Amino acid sequence: MNDTQVNLVSTNAKPSILTDRMSGWRLAKDNLTNVTITSGGFAVLVAILLIFFYLFYEIMPLFSAADMEQQQQYQLTQIDSQETLFLAMEEQAEVALLLNDSAEAFFFDAKSGEKRDLVTLPFLGNVASFALNSQQNPLFALGNQRGEVLLAKPVYKVSYPNDKRLITPVIEYPYGKEMITLSDQPLQSLAVRDSESQLLLVAVADGGLVGHRFIKEEDFLSDEVTLQQQNLLLPKLDIQANWLMIGPDQRWLYVFDRQGQYRLIDLDKMQLSDSGQLIDSGDVSTIQFLLGGISVMVADSQGSVSQWFVVRQEGQPPRFEKIRRFQSSDAAIDTLVVEHRRKGFLTINNNNQLDIFYTTSARQLLSEPMGNASLTDIAISPRANALLSRDDTGQFTYWRLENKHPEVSWRALWQKVWYESYSEPDYIWQSSASNNDFEAKYSFTPLVFGTLKAAFYAMLIATPLAICGAIYTAYFMTPSIRRKVKPLIELMEALPTVILGFLAGLWLAPFIERNLPGFFSVFLMMPVGVLMCAYLWSKVPSSIRHKVPDGFHAVLLVPVVIAITWASFASSEPLEALFFAGDMRSWLTHDMGISFDQRNALVVGVAMGFAVIPTIFSITEDAIFSVPKSLSYGSLALGATPWQTLVGVVIPTASPGIFSALMIGMGRAVGETMIVLMATGNTPIMDVNIFEGMRTLAANIAVEIGETEVDSSHFRVLFLAAFVLFLFTFVVNTAAEIVRQRLRKKYGSL
Amino acid sequence: MALNQQKITFRHWVRSGEPFIWLNAAAVTISVLAVVGLLLLLAVRGFGHFWPSNIMEAEYRFPGTQSSRIIGERVSSENVPLEQILNSGMSAEIDSTEPFIRRTLIKRGNRDVTGLDFAWVLDDYLSDIRYPEKLVSIERREWGHFYGYLKAVKEDGQSLNVADDSALWALFEQRIDRALTLHQEIEAIEKGAIASINYGLERLRLRERSLELNQVVSHGQLAIEQDNIAAERAVLDGEYAVLQSRLHDLYTQFRRDSFVAETMSGQEVDLDIAMVVQAHRPNAMHVGKKLVVYAKNFWAFLTEDPREANTEGGIFPAIFGTVMMVLLMSVMVTPFGVIAAIYLREYAKQGIMTRVVRIAVNNLAGVPSIVYGVFGLGFFIYFLGAEMDKLFFEAALPAPTFGTPGLLWASLTLALLTLPVVIVSTEEGLSRIPKALREGSLALGATKAETLWRVVLPMASPAMMTGLILAVARAAGEVAPLMLVGVVKLAPSLPVDGNYPYMHLDQQFMHLGFHIFDVGFQSPNVEAARPLVYATALLLVIIIALLNFSAVALRNHLRERYKALEM
Repeated sequence: MNDTQVNLVSTNAKPSILTDRMSGWRLAKDNLTNVTITSGGFAVLVAILLIFFYLFYEIMPLFSAADMEQQQQYQLTQIDSQETLFLAMEEQAEVALLLNDSAEAFFFDAKSGEKRDLVTLPFLGNVASFALNSQQNPLFALGNQRGEVLLAKPVYKVSYPNDKRLITPVIEYPYGKEMITLSDQPLQSLAVRDSESQLLLVAVADGGLVGHRFIKEEDFLSDEVTLQQQNLLLPKLDIQANWLMIGPDQRWLYVFDRQGQYRLIDLDKMQLSDSGQLIDSGDVSTIQFLLGGISVMVADSQGSVSQWFVVRQEGQPPRFEKIRRFQSSDAAIDTLVVEHRRKGFLTINNNNQLDIFYTTSARQLLSEPMGNASLTDIAISPRANALLSRDDTGQFTYWRLENKHPEVSWRALWQKVWYESYSEPDYIWQSSASNNDFEAKYSFTPLVFGTLKAAFYAMLIATPLAICGAIYTAYFMTPSIRRKVKPLIELMEALPTVILGFLAGLWLAPFIERNLPGFFSVFLMMPVGVLMCAYLWSKVPSSIRHKVPDGFHAVLLVPVVIAITWASFASSEPLEALFFAGDMRSWLTHDMGISFDQRNALVVGVAMGFAVIPTIFSITEDAIFSVPKSLSYGSLALGATPWQTLVGVVIPTASPGIFSALMIGMGRAVGETMIVLMATGNTPIMDVNIFEGMRTLAANIAVEIGETEVDSSHFRVLFLAAFVLFLFTFVVNTAAEIVRQRLRKKYGSL
Repeated sequence: MALNQQKITFRHWVRSGEPFIWLNAAAVTISVLAVVGLLLLLAVRGFGHFWPSNIMEAEYRFPGTQSSRIIGERVSSENVPLEQILNSGMSAEIDSTEPFIRRTLIKRGNRDVTGLDFAWVLDDYLSDIRYPEKLVSIERREWGHFYGYLKAVKEDGQSLNVADDSALWALFEQRIDRALTLHQEIEAIEKGAIASINYGLERLRLRERSLELNQVVSHGQLAIEQDNIAAERAVLDGEYAVLQSRLHDLYTQFRRDSFVAETMSGQEVDLDIAMVVQAHRPNAMHVGKKLVVYAKNFWAFLTEDPREANTEGGIFPAIFGTVMMVLLMSVMVTPFGVIAAIYLREYAKQGIMTRVVRIAVNNLAGVPSIVYGVFGLGFFIYFLGAEMDKLFFEAALPAPTFGTPGLLWASLTLALLTLPVVIVSTEEGLSRIPKALREGSLALGATKAETLWRVVLPMASPAMMTGLILAVARAAGEVAPLMLVGVVKLAPSLPVDGNYPYMHLDQQFMHLGFHIFDVGFQSPNVEAARPLVYATALLLVIIIALLNFSAVALRNHLRERYKALEM
């Protein structure tokens, strides 16, 4: 109100008499102040808004679709690319390799088609089959009509003459230029899998499986590798083996036929482990391993791609199971290419449409028609930033691809996801690991669960203490003590949470662990003891009682509370000896089967409760204290006891304020970082057990953001976590603030 | 009336609501006692750390083993369930029948000899406890404390002859003083002169690099500049060589003396006097002398650098870093917060917009601090800082100057974090100023700006101070965002020193709160570091409590002042 009046007399509406008296200098100064303050104030408010928009700006790319752009087109003239076996690009997407069925390896500039090198492999006969080890280790095997195999591998050597990068592609023969004999029959399908210690080659010859294991023996003097060949006794096949695949652990051999039948052979036991049907109708068009060689991607003529992997459950034989399905259209899929570093893949269908998918986030990132000429081959660069395609006219096209964060989706963040090597879909947060083909698992669910769990236990402890305390302080306590209590509570609010966290982790956690029975008996004994003392006090002769002024209950209770606490902890040992065989902790774990962490939700609850009490206390106390005295006087005058007045009149009037106190306290508990960081084990588990820890959103950010790569998916996911926290607390606080303002208005009228 | 009350029955008592009032009162009592208890806990543990406590010597005979001598300070005792001890793999030969057994944590020091400087012993098997006066406690720069008996003092490896024990002790103390003086001299050279030479060399390198990057400079000029740089470098190198030889001499002298001491196992060890920080015979000291040592220890804690991965020594860099950061933050937050508040209250048109903004500002105070940290990291460091590096510090690239966590960004982040506190508090102050005063000023012909400067702001200044103090208190205790934007566990140098430009805003710094977190939770030797963490926590609490109480006092003062005006 008063502000509008002030504004009326502002410079804008200045009377003319004044203007004459004001020198130009004074006017200029006034205007200058006006401009400075308005622009400054505005700037500060905009800066505050900036937080919101910046967080938003950082997380937006997570949910944007992929994008591709055609860059160059050319024809390759120096090689026949009609029957391409293998098309690939190296790390920088600068040099591409094309391997054709005349066993010629042609290296060329991926952007211009200019020749870099042409290598004719020392391969004898016609190529009957081709197999690739994996995209990361592109060792390939070529099989001929006579049952012989040649192994070769493209290698790109990088050097920096004159400070410019030069990539020199070569073909290496890690197992010699000699062909290896597997059989005396034509090799129809072929599978190769290389590891540190051994090489496995399995092929179909004459309708049956032939397999050889080559154990590498390194001569430690000359570092030369000699191979020791072993024949594998593989079981008989009852289907036609159109595709043969070996997993990277060399344990599973997968056999598929065109109709979608599969046989899973355990190479450790040399027996059939599982068999079944991949698709209900139609034909399988292509099958590929996903990165890591655990999942098998099956594309079919109905336009769908399904992901399968071997699921192991305790006490059951391993099963080959369908995990999820992707479908963009009904057109048959011709080609499927997997990404080199992530668990994504792309497909091209009959209608010449390119689709990019990501497995675990179940996202379709792109669906793009690729022109009229139908594509026959496509390669993706290891960094997934370029594509190279060939169509049936022999035209090569180089595409720039942008697909930065396919692994994050709203669904993956909040719902159960079935990850590889897990026995079922689950909520998992696991953002980094030591090995390369690790897949980051970003589920917010366990973190949000942990956040709410910590906040719940904190509120469980803080709410009764803070609200009851505030009620007493505002309504019953003598003003002289009230004046001393309030600053103490304010000091409690100002205590750095790092100190609370440190005490919780290093002092309280071991203390609680040692005195578990005592700790629980405090909770039980405190109300009982206080009530008993209060009753005894009412029996004390009134001559003594009246010497103590009204509103001194809290002071009288000081020795009582101390005595009860002391007695509870002193009785901890006898109780432990009596009921829990001397050690409650091991009793909990062994007899009750409840797992116990030293830094657990109980510790967090106490420490964070301590941090939240002052917040709730102050606001509640304010709300109760500002209830007009006339209301309670009226009630008292009508014969109600003080307690009846409080419950019937004061608390209902102040209840919106109490509600908003709880909301704000909750907001504080949700966002608290240091206490949770220091007083829990920070394991992202989902368990309501009070004796186990948790990881909260805030603590998770503090733990992980230092180790992330800037602008990576992980980095942005952590920003998203911050954004979620921001939104949550902002919404909760706004609601509380609005409730509080309503309350204030209501009192104004009284 | 009195008669009536005499006859109160239990049912009446319950119905009167009296028990609930008592329960509510208990809630206040518990909360208050919890605060007081926490402060007491911190005070006892924190202040206790500096006391030179007595060293115990005793015989320890664990069943099934040889009796051995144990020397050390008692740290704490506790009762443990016997079962737990038996389960933990200790021999089952413990012949106790009680369900609980008492054990004591002994700090036996001598980490270089025994490996572990803390050991639990079972009280039942301790015997012949004594406190001999000759036991020495030696604080060292490495390997923690040493406890044992002083046997001889050596110079250049030769034992010096002394008449008796007291003469030996006097000689020992004298040699320690000598070593400490030398140490100070060495420190002064290494941290002062040599550090500034290194800094100068680094600046020369950057100058050279920026010349290379600068396309505009002509070849002739380039050559001249490079010659200049080479000349300056030669001067610095020369100075460095002189200092280096001086240091070499000092080190030779420094390492001259050593002493022989007997450990608790009876083994005699030869140790460098150069490594000694201080030595006492606490069992022989009376309370007055202990108090002097106590004060010295406390002073050292406040003024010295940390040692041994922060688990020993002082916390001066952390205090300094905290103060610097808070000062910088105050410089940034005060003007902006005050301007925003004045705008909101005095200049903006009051309406829905200002109400929304006010609620938003209020709520920002409730946004978790880690969110501000994330914002600071992303926006200030990776965006603003990286851009600044490209523009102004190209020569240092690829090593980032401002594109990395540092003092400036930490202060700026905290300024943003505390902005709502200052705005809200200042606004409150402004709203308390009676409108009659403003109107009076305007009626006398003052412009709005003059009214603001001469009338409104002076009267609102205590409110601004309150806001600032609260902001400082919050900033001093905040750790989570700082972990992202600039604190480190150990900063090589202070952010302010004698090298141009004297204040290094790009440097990372140490902070009391983070020090607590780091030493308490990431230190290799938590047991040894624990008392230090308590002391640090106590210091932080004292600072924040003082700040808060002054804010409260200011606020009360302010209220008193306007009470008169409102009449």
